Amino acid sequence: MAQPVNPIEVKERIKYKGKHKVNLQRPKKGPKYFFRKCKEQKELLWMSVPFLIWLFIFKYLPLGGWVMAFQNFRPARGFLDQEWAGFDNFRFLFGSERFLEIMRNTLAMSIINLVLGFVTAVTLAVLLNELRNITFKRVVQTISYMPHFLSWVVVAGLVSTALSMDDGIINTVLLNLGIIDTPVMWLGVGHYFWGIIGASDVWKSVGWNSIIYLAAMTMIDQEQYEAAEIDGASRMQRIWYITLPGIKPVVVILLIMNIGYILESGFEAQYLLMNSMNMDFAENLDIYVLRYGISMANFSLATAAGMFKTIISFIFLFGANKIAEKLGEARLF
Amino acid sequence: MSLLRRLAGKRRGIDDLIFDSVNILLMLILVVVMLYPMLNTLAISLNDATDTVRGGLHILPRSFTTHNYTHVFNEAQVIRAGITSVLRTVVGTGLGVFASAMVAYTISRPHFILKRFTTLAFVLTMYMNAGLIPTYLLNRELGLIGSFWVYILPTLIGVFNLIVIRSFIEGLPETIFESARMDGAGEFVQFFKIALPLAVPVIATVSLFVAVGQWNQWFDVFIYNSSIPELSTLQYELMKVLQSTNTSGGGAADSFADSLGGQVEMVTPQSVRAAMTVVVSVPIIMVYPFLQKYFVKGLTLGGVKG
Repeated sequence: MAQPVNPIEVKERIKYKGKHKVNLQRPKKGPKYFFRKCKEQKELLWMSVPFLIWLFIFKYLPLGGWVMAFQNFRPARGFLDQEWAGFDNFRFLFGSERFLEIMRNTLAMSIINLVLGFVTAVTLAVLLNELRNITFKRVVQTISYMPHFLSWVVVAGLVSTALSMDDGIINTVLLNLGIIDTPVMWLGVGHYFWGIIGASDVWKSVGWNSIIYLAAMTMIDQEQYEAAEIDGASRMQRIWYITLPGIKPVVVILLIMNIGYILESGFEAQYLLMNSMNMDFAENLDIYVLRYGISMANFSLATAAGMFKTIISFIFLFGANKIAEKLGEARLF
Repeated sequence: MSLLRRLAGKRRGIDDLIFDSVNILLMLILVVVMLYPMLNTLAISLNDATDTVRGGLHILPRSFTTHNYTHVFNEAQVIRAGITSVLRTVVGTGLGVFASAMVAYTISRPHFILKRFTTLAFVLTMYMNAGLIPTYLLNRELGLIGSFWVYILPTLIGVFNLIVIRSFIEGLPETIFESARMDGAGEFVQFFKIALPLAVPVIATVSLFVAVGQWNQWFDVFIYNSSIPELSTLQYELMKVLQSTNTSGGGAADSFADSLGGQVEMVTPQSVRAAMTVVVSVPIIMVYPFLQKYFVKGLTLGGVKG
């Protein structure tokens, strides 16, 4: 018998065999148990195994492509028939000045988006929650969700129209308010790019992102508000001491989830709004990968950059989770 | 004492009034900021192109015309791209949601032997992305490049959607499934006859997510099928128009606009772009108010439990 058996269990089996007509307690572990269960759950396996194979092919198999990061990959040859480069690609990557700029842009835009996104969504949710007129609230909500359904292609078009030199609404408003004297070429100045991306991102997703906080607010015990009101707490105090602590667990979980995406500063917005004038501030890791990988066919370097991104994301995710655990907050896993 | 209380009460009242007024004002500003860019584009698309060039157009067309739209719809490529867009949205949503629901059902069964394994295998991929190049090479090896299926297969099951559906099915009372099992129903029967019908709200939500994602996608067209006009989509066509006007102030949009030369009424890249933006956006904007009551619930479920 290949499989180890608990001696006590065997004894029990022998003891009860014959005396009582009980079924043998069959072991709950080991390959035999597993295969018996598989037979029993044949149908569930039919339902899931094809998609597990799909998952393996489309999500796990490409991870094998990471070997390219350690090679000087030439597409004409097979994966194992390549010239090995050790850490040369990484050395080149971290040594190049361009890469430092890319990292700066990636982190800057990602942090701006993260902070701005959280603050605006929570603020919007709080303000919506404080609206007394339900119809008005619903109308504002519906309108604020709308941009979420537009593609980045469309949003990028709207943004560049709004920012245009001639007749763009942003320039028109700022000129009329006397904040600027001459129209500004917003997309032509690199320094404005991060702000533009942040603002576009907020415009597109603030309404949508507020949904989850609003939902969390409905879980808060209404009696707390009544008690606070009797104690003379002002609206602001009620928001600060009841509403915000009430949604804190949700905020923490979402924050952890998003910190895992710290190097995902977005791709579409940057790619679509980028031009030769703002490129030094617009190019992020994803665009770099695209440019080196697809356009210049330097698969190895692009893979190294992509791999770097995934690994950093993982570290950040686990780090954030650990910190949340230490602080006694809700955790993701 | 009572005077103090009255004062405090009164002051609270004024505070409240100020708060509410400021709040309503902020909300009105928000509404304007959200709506203006969309309405502005709509106005440009419905305005005579030569008149638009004069500038100063805001949310109402000055010189109404549908000419920009006739122009857009006269382009054979737009119609063809529209068909591909609809096709990928319908097929992608149908297959994707079905597959997600099926896997979600299996990992919602408490006794399923691969429950933990399957869940973990899927969730891990949320953060473990091989990256663009390995994925590209895989799709090339699989012969998906230059094919319609590259829009469907690589993104068949979204992990977030999977978790949302699973949470919903787990929330259904187990006794329903138990009594079905008593009556001899197998897992397939339980899935099709019980889980799916009861999960309609969450299925609707997830369908909306997937459909929006499919409809709005342009990057896979750009990467894999940019040289095949038959497989282009509306978003990609719009992207090409936008990019060409962004960078060189002409290019594709110009030729696009010029291709109807000789006509009396003119179109400009700007008007064509606006009309096309509306054509691309209206279908998805039309759908969502009907599904709104579902998706708020669905999103909450996924976010809080996920």
